[in-house]
Amino acid sequence: MSYHLVCGLEIHTELKTKSKMFCGCKNDPFNAPAPNTYTCPVCLGMPGALPVANAQAIEWTVKLGLLLHCRIHHDSKFDRKNYFYPDLPKAYQISQYDLPFCYDGYVDTEFGRVRINRIHLEEDTAKLTHTTLNSKKVTLIDFNRSSVPLVEIVTEPDITSPEQAKAYAKKIQEAVRTLDIGDADLQKGQMRLEANISLQTDSQKAAGQLPDYKVEVKNINSFNFMAQAIDYEVKRQSALLDQGQTIAQETRGFDSTKSITFLQRTKENAADYRYFPDPDLPVIHLDDAQIEAWRAQLPADRDAHAAAWQTQYGIEPKYAATFLTRASTSAWADQLWAAATAQQVDCNKLANYLVNGKLAYQETAEPQAIVTAFQKATATASTSDDELLALIDQVLTAHPAEVERFKAGDKKLQGFFMGQIMRTAGQKLDAGQVNQLLASRLR
Amino acid sequence: MKLNQLTLTQALAGIKAQKFSAREVYDACVAAIKEKNPDLHAFLDHTDGSNYQDRGRFHGLPLAIKDNFCTHEFQTRASSAVLDGFHAPYQATVVNKLAEAGFSFLGKTNMDAWAHGSSTETSDYGPTKNPRNPAHAPGGSSGGSAAAVAADMCLAALGSETAGSVRQPAAWCGCVGFRPSYGRASRYGVIAMASSTDSPGFLAKTTADAALLTPLICGPDPYDATSSPEKFPDLSPHLATSLKGKKIGFLYLDIPGLESTRAYYEQAWRDLEKLGAQVSAATARDPQEAIGVYTVVQRSEVASNLGRYDGLRYGHTRDHFGAEARRRIMLGTFLLSQGYADKYYVQAQKVRTLFMQDFARLFSEFDILVSPVSPSFAKTLGSSEGNALFGELEDIFVEPSAICGLPAGSVPCYHDPATNLYLGLNIMAPFHHETDVIEVMSAFETGTHWNSWHNQEK
Repeated sequence: MSYHLVCGLEIHTELKTKSKMFCGCKNDPFNAPAPNTYTCPVCLGMPGALPVANAQAIEWTVKLGLLLHCRIHHDSKFDRKNYFYPDLPKAYQISQYDLPFCYDGYVDTEFGRVRINRIHLEEDTAKLTHTTLNSKKVTLIDFNRSSVPLVEIVTEPDITSPEQAKAYAKKIQEAVRTLDIGDADLQKGQMRLEANISLQTDSQKAAGQLPDYKVEVKNINSFNFMAQAIDYEVKRQSALLDQGQTIAQETRGFDSTKSITFLQRTKENAADYRYFPDPDLPVIHLDDAQIEAWRAQLPADRDAHAAAWQTQYGIEPKYAATFLTRASTSAWADQLWAAATAQQVDCNKLANYLVNGKLAYQETAEPQAIVTAFQKATATASTSDDELLALIDQVLTAHPAEVERFKAGDKKLQGFFMGQIMRTAGQKLDAGQVNQLLASRLR
Repeated sequence: MKLNQLTLTQALAGIKAQKFSAREVYDACVAAIKEKNPDLHAFLDHTDGSNYQDRGRFHGLPLAIKDNFCTHEFQTRASSAVLDGFHAPYQATVVNKLAEAGFSFLGKTNMDAWAHGSSTETSDYGPTKNPRNPAHAPGGSSGGSAAAVAADMCLAALGSETAGSVRQPAAWCGCVGFRPSYGRASRYGVIAMASSTDSPGFLAKTTADAALLTPLICGPDPYDATSSPEKFPDLSPHLATSLKGKKIGFLYLDIPGLESTRAYYEQAWRDLEKLGAQVSAATARDPQEAIGVYTVVQRSEVASNLGRYDGLRYGHTRDHFGAEARRRIMLGTFLLSQGYADKYYVQAQKVRTLFMQDFARLFSEFDILVSPVSPSFAKTLGSSEGNALFGELEDIFVEPSAICGLPAGSVPCYHDPATNLYLGLNIMAPFHHETDVIEVMSAFETGTHWNSWHNQEK
């Protein structure tokens, strides 16, 4: 029998605010000098400590929601998600339950629209390391990550192929980077993927009926692994359904070395999180004026931005993408194209040079400095034969041994002389002219 | 008279007049602790007399601190064996404020473990005796603080109230208790019991002392998101001797169970009238419902707040929790579980809103509401045993205002010469109207002779 994939994604992504979500500790777990250095009574969950919400994190979460076409709740709150785990020092995670900041959004992919159910803000947990110390198996806890702001983006079950899942997830990463609110590096765990996967029969699909189960695959740390996990689940679940079996509601992990998923826990032992509003944090009220002010600060849509560059500067979209990864990058590129255009420099050629590494650059560089370097690298000087001959003689005189070898038949040295002449000139020369004159001297 | 028997106001005046030094007052309190504490057990931990520091406006005068406030100098364990040996790496905001004002801290006072109770008998370190009559309990949960004040082992003591944990022990020990509105005094560094109602407050000898101390711990705190952003008023200018023109509503006198004490509260009614107030009976929502609301909200928050003592940290496993804490954790866990949260926690919050509306209605009619603090005199030690709702029933008259976060105080309103025990008058005002509470407390104290220290000041 054939089945249709029904898939929704839950994506967690850390925000790169200066301080943590509910305390003043530095939010930089990856560059901390040592474990447990960026900690305080609040993120250690000490007796009597209280959380105070990070306003920047709230603003960024709402902006992400606005960029992803979400609606914003005027009144949001934080709730406690109670469960016991060594990486959770308060025995509850501060999250959002029924009033997330953002809801009802969407992302368009080349494979169709994916609706977003909600985007909420919560705190990350500490990091556990399972290791052996003095020949004893131990688990070490590093609280540098404890209470780092973490955004969760939950879709509707709209995804119908592994490719669409990948395209959607990449768009989320792109959005986070465009807003410059997080690095969303999957390898570092700054962005984490979870897929809810089930299969629909033809008749269910025709009746618009969702499957009565879902399998959650957790802790996937690359886009490709996610596609593999979905592929594997489609095969596994199809086989089970073909045998007439019912599929258990369960949570599975992904083994990237074998490209398979494996059972972690079934619904019977799923946690009851005993959610309730956190009495330590007042309700957050966002009025329309605030929401619209934030909307006005959103960066231009990437596709629109690329189209504008093509119209205004003639930059091909394949080059544009490199300069649209982050808000700060695209702002810098805007200045660069403007500076280049002011000096009649071909922006598309400049973009080509930068993208293909023909001209080394840093985003911190002054746009004007890059334009100058590009002009120098590409300038073709009109030099008289006499000037050029003088230059060639200077090079040949400096390398008598090479001249001898060339004359003895080592014709490969032609390139060596060309390079030396160009370098001595300090500018781009007409290669044909140089070749001709060089040949006349070496004859 | 010994220096430890002075009120804070008297001590300050004496120091100013150079009759004695703050150090001498401190030493007298330390001597009183050494003499009385082995029997009364008001302090769990106390100084040996070496931590006096002459500093600030209060010259190092000595205060006691309830054991649920994190302190640098003493261990902090909320009278629970789970936290035995715990030295907090930081200090509660209100303790910092008192240190900055120039107080020395004598030690940490006993309480019901985690503040669960109204007798101080659930302390994992044993009960405190009521200094007025040692066969009786001091009330709770701030029983150690109330006993330390009543026994003149300190000038005043920091306490905290969730339902009636400042007012009830004050009434039972015959001293003054005052708690500002919820959010006025920071909860940062106070071991959480029921986060939505926890309010620091003072056990003091007189209303004037409470009025002097309370503003020191109030005001916005960037570390407590629920702290009020408003500036806290100076209370001392509101000490009064007359209640002329005040409309006072008297609550709960018709509740069954008041038979043995009603006459004394009716006397208080007449005393208020003598001071010029217009007093009439007022009818509020049935306080039994407040017990239900409080029990659901408090147990739920407790179960979540105590989750962190999971045995991984703080050195002691979960079997160190006492019976009362276990009961509350289990009930709270049940109340929040899937399918029940809406039925109980959410429903309780709705009824809580009804109580707030009820108080708003009453305060549209009256400037101040008064009632008994407790249905009875201090119970004998051991009374709370086998009664899981002991605290709630003892706190029936103070829980409604506590769940609404209202400012309130207790002043002695009767002294029984046979048992040497006291009754307290509960005085409540609208949210953030602390000044009104102080006005009535002080006038009542002046117009009656129930406060032993006030008499001594005259």
